[in-house]
Amino acid sequence: MIEAKNIHKIFKDLHAVKGIDLTVEDGQVLCIIGPSGSGKSTLLRCLNGLEEKDEGEVFVDGVKADESNITALRQKMTMVFQNFNLFSHLSVLDNITLSPIKVKGIEKEEAEAKAIELLKLVGLEDKKDDFPRSLSGGQKQRIAIARALAMDPEIILFDEPTSALDPEMVGEVLDVMNNLAKEGMSMIVVTHEMGFAREVADKVIFMAEGMIVEEGTPDEIFNHPKMERTKTFLEKVL
Amino acid sequence: MGVYVTGFLMALKGLPMTLFVSLLAVAIGASFGLLLAFMKMSKKVFPRVISKAYIEIIRGTPMIVQALIFAYGIPILLQGLGVPFKWPVLLIPAIIVCGGNSAAYMAEVIRGGLQSVDPGQIEACYSLGMTKRQANRYVILPQAFKIVTPSFGNEFITLIKETSVLAYCGVVETLRSAQLWNANTFETFAAYIGAALVYLAVTYPLSKVVAKMEKKMSEGAA
Ligand SMILES: Nc1ncnc2c1ncn2[C@@H]1O[C@H](COP(=O)(O)OP(=O)(O)OP(=O)(O)O)[C@@H](O)[C@H]1O
Ligand SMILES: [Mg+2]
Repeated sequence: MIEAKNIHKIFKDLHAVKGIDLTVEDGQVLCIIGPSGSGKSTLLRCLNGLEEKDEGEVFVDGVKADESNITALRQKMTMVFQNFNLFSHLSVLDNITLSPIKVKGIEKEEAEAKAIELLKLVGLEDKKDDFPRSLSGGQKQRIAIARALAMDPEIILFDEPTSALDPEMVGEVLDVMNNLAKEGMSMIVVTHEMGFAREVADKVIFMAEGMIVEEGTPDEIFNHPKMERTKTFLEKVL
Repeated sequence: MGVYVTGFLMALKGLPMTLFVSLLAVAIGASFGLLLAFMKMSKKVFPRVISKAYIEIIRGTPMIVQALIFAYGIPILLQGLGVPFKWPVLLIPAIIVCGGNSAAYMAEVIRGGLQSVDPGQIEACYSLGMTKRQANRYVILPQAFKIVTPSFGNEFITLIKETSVLAYCGVVETLRSAQLWNANTFETFAAYIGAALVYLAVTYPLSKVVAKMEKKMSEGAA
């Protein structure tokens, strides 16, 4: 379970995130939607400390994140990036096993066996010896998801995982995420894929200008939005 | 014709020493240069200032002057202070100077390499629970190293030529070997042409190899 209270982030003269609260229970999927520049990525990055927040608290399984434990807590909330960020000098298998071996101290054989299982899960076991540069965007992102899963996280943070993909590759990545959700993986997904949010999310947050404008179930947000701001946004994107 | 062949062969006798000093200097330069690069990128002022001052001093003075100071100046200074100091072999100050010199140049190259690694790679490390040290060791340094390998090759080539200043500091390397033969035979032109050809015979193929590495690198990045 992850809980955030009153998160603020200020870049020089820009108040990018203005006091956000959120909770994701075990097994839940939270989707965050909103216009470009509304602070979605910044919020996500404040949760795992990639961005230093100016105010607020983050709890992972009840443990308050601070400078001393954030490295350990990140193992429990791994992240999948828009641009994949696969380690370019490592093979697919090494990409997946690096952190389990070096951070968690898992034996190489065990880590590799697990990596193969995860590759099967994302449908890419035949790519284990390839290097990232030889993969398509959709394949890269599926490997990145396998890499995030290899740490056995409590929750995975996704920042627009399909936005950098050619349209025909979006589906294969969303399918993997959909399966993860069904298996009970907790996720926070920043996304422009309204179809995915509607279908998979337990809860949807609509953000604008650094604030939560409206939150609720997918049915509440997509079918019965209360706020004018939400309605205009949805009209534009749907 | 025979005299030129002899000149070449005489200079060639010094080549192993030239290569030995150059290789060691590259190794020292790479490791010490890495340290200087990290110091220069440090958040703390003190290491930054030290590193910057070192690089400025080394780059702002000719290597032959540095070599003369180390080989001959420092023992005299220490003896004047009552310390009975003498280099056991002049090869030691020679390697210190060449390595220290190389480090100052490589520090900049390595820093450039480290900074050219995509910040997304570092974030990926952090997002998987790695510490800064782990990220550096397993991801950033290997990637930076790949980027700067051709520069290490170029530095090696430069050192092969620059170590000729050691001829004036008591190290019998390629140029010194030629000089010694010249002193005995007065075949001055053949001696120095011989030395030049020895340097060229090494640096030319090496530069081709480095160029190939650079080409491969830029293709790999694309
Ligand atoms: N490192 C930074 N320094 C300064 N300003 C930043 C920084 N990162 C983000 N911002 C600004 O903060 C605001 C929120 O950015 P953020 O990337 O969180 O938006 P977003 O909702 O993720 O947008 P998008 O849908 O385009 O990804 C933007 O105005 C952005 O320009
Ligand atoms: Mg974003």
